[in-house]
Amino acid sequence: MEEPFVKTEIRKDENIVYKRTNLLVDRPLSYCPGCGHGVVHRMLMETLEEMDAQQNTIGVGPVGCSVLAYDFMNIDMLGAAHGRAPALATAIKRLWPNKFVFTYQGDGDLAAIGTAETIHACNRGENFTIIFINNGIYGMTGGQMAPTTLPGMRSSTSPYGRDVATMGNPLKITELIATLPGVHYVTRQAVHTPNHVRKTKKALRKAFEIQKENKGITFVEVVSNCNSGWKMTPVQSNKWMEENMFPFYPLGDIKVDGKLIEKKEAAGKE
Amino acid sequence: MGELRLMKGNEAVAEAAIRAGCDGYFGYPITPQSEVMEYLMAEKPHERTGMVVLQAESETASINMLYGAAGTGKMVLTSSSSPGISLMQEGLSYMAGAELPAVIVNVVRGGPGLGTIQPSQADYFQAVKGGGHGDYKMIVLAPASVQEMCDHVKTGFDLAFKYRTPVMILSDGAIGQMMEKVVLFDPIPRRTDEELIKQNPWAATGKPKDREHIIITSLDLDPAGQERVNLKLQAKYRTMEENEVLYETLNCEDAEYAFVAFGLSARICQKSMDLARARGIKVGLFRPITLFPFPVKQLNDLGKKVKGMLVVEMNAGQMIEDVKLSVGCSIKIEHFGRFGGIIPTPDEVVKALETQIIGG
Repeated sequence: MEEPFVKTEIRKDENIVYKRTNLLVDRPLSYCPGCGHGVVHRMLMETLEEMDAQQNTIGVGPVGCSVLAYDFMNIDMLGAAHGRAPALATAIKRLWPNKFVFTYQGDGDLAAIGTAETIHACNRGENFTIIFINNGIYGMTGGQMAPTTLPGMRSSTSPYGRDVATMGNPLKITELIATLPGVHYVTRQAVHTPNHVRKTKKALRKAFEIQKENKGITFVEVVSNCNSGWKMTPVQSNKWMEENMFPFYPLGDIKVDGKLIEKKEAAGKE
Repeated sequence: MGELRLMKGNEAVAEAAIRAGCDGYFGYPITPQSEVMEYLMAEKPHERTGMVVLQAESETASINMLYGAAGTGKMVLTSSSSPGISLMQEGLSYMAGAELPAVIVNVVRGGPGLGTIQPSQADYFQAVKGGGHGDYKMIVLAPASVQEMCDHVKTGFDLAFKYRTPVMILSDGAIGQMMEKVVLFDPIPRRTDEELIKQNPWAATGKPKDREHIIITSLDLDPAGQERVNLKLQAKYRTMEENEVLYETLNCEDAEYAFVAFGLSARICQKSMDLARARGIKVGLFRPITLFPFPVKQLNDLGKKVKGMLVVEMNAGQMIEDVKLSVGCSIKIEHFGRFGGIIPTPDEVVKALETQIIGG
């Protein structure tokens, strides 16, 4: 059959300026349209490809929306029990000190059920990278309240909004982790605009470069939308994220070269 | 012959791990097994063999460290005691599901709950019947001496890698704490990463260009796929039942009665057997060494020869269920147990034999 709208004659290697990285498996993602996971997957895999690290990387996936991350990332990976990824990564990195090791975790995984594993791996100064996707909700199980759900924010288990008096305050785990001496680099990024995507990729590259030098935990948080869980269109959810999530979880570097960035500066800087 | 030493059972586990070529130990302190990690930390195995030792923040973390390391083909060990092993059940289920090799030592103490720090055998069901969620089994080895605490570590690693399965050494507070002479096996060098990759092509060791990426997981969202996983596991367990049963018999040739006991209880029954035989009671001892796979056939054969069996356990009657399933209803089978950290005396075991089996 003819393809009238595709000029096949221009599909030549020398004309290709951007394509899917070979470190992403060629299959449909399981994520909702508009979700940030797919973008972060791609930035992470592009980073590892550019570092020629496919053979030298062992990844650890979480339980949550990205439980199937290992199906999309064309590297060797382990699927951890809910919250335990930092424990797996600790042992893997200790026994394979020359490999890149990372965990990829959501907010429920990292900041609720896995808080102990997260904090202690960070405090020991393990030499792996944590990629933390914060969308303020349990996506996979259907939109329940997460440790990072904002005050007043609705979820299926806080249907009238998060009441901090009875449900507690959202946990700013990234700021908490940044105070630990074992942690070398902490940054908070987003992937809802091309500019933010580029910054996230830069942060990932920086994290893996630091990992080479065995300086301790590198921690990249990505504040992301969950349009399905938030019951919004992707465009609405990104707008809501900018207006509500970013003031509470300000973007920018939080700790660089083992030193905390001054609060004023962090809040203003994206 | 290897080196002869006087050691605690817990120390023998630690020394055996170093000598077996173990790559890593991850644990958390709990009485009565803390000597395992204390010995390892003092011994600096990193300098001896390159073995990594790490004190985790919890048993939940240490079993998941084992999961991570085992998923990359490394030879790893943890040890704990009953409450800590309860915390590990999540990880054990995941490891069984993902088919990962590792050795887990349970130096059992009395329960339930925080219980006591004295020896017990009340974790038999937990170890043998699963403990965690889902249909899975572990190979369970029951040492009855400090020598076996040492030897079972090596046997455990062999079986763990042969079947890609977690292996539990089900000991107790007495075997862990008591000192006996032990003949240590000669050290086996740790595998190099190249050897590990060659021997364990299933392990997540970093994807080279010429093979597919490896995924270590226990998840299969397709029920037909998950059923296939289960059928594969069950087939593996049947193979273990055929090939890996270990047991010991003493004076069973002319026996009219038999004690059936594992671990420390079997040591006590040895003395009880001598006392009973001195009084003219022809009693033998059957000691299962693997609690899974259970010596079903061997006990069934013994059941055809003796008039009755006394199952002696430091619990309220757990292994007796497997003994009854093995032997059937043709002879009298009774349980004698002490609980909560009490060790039965040889005399009370003989008395139980006389009243519950012979006179009963």
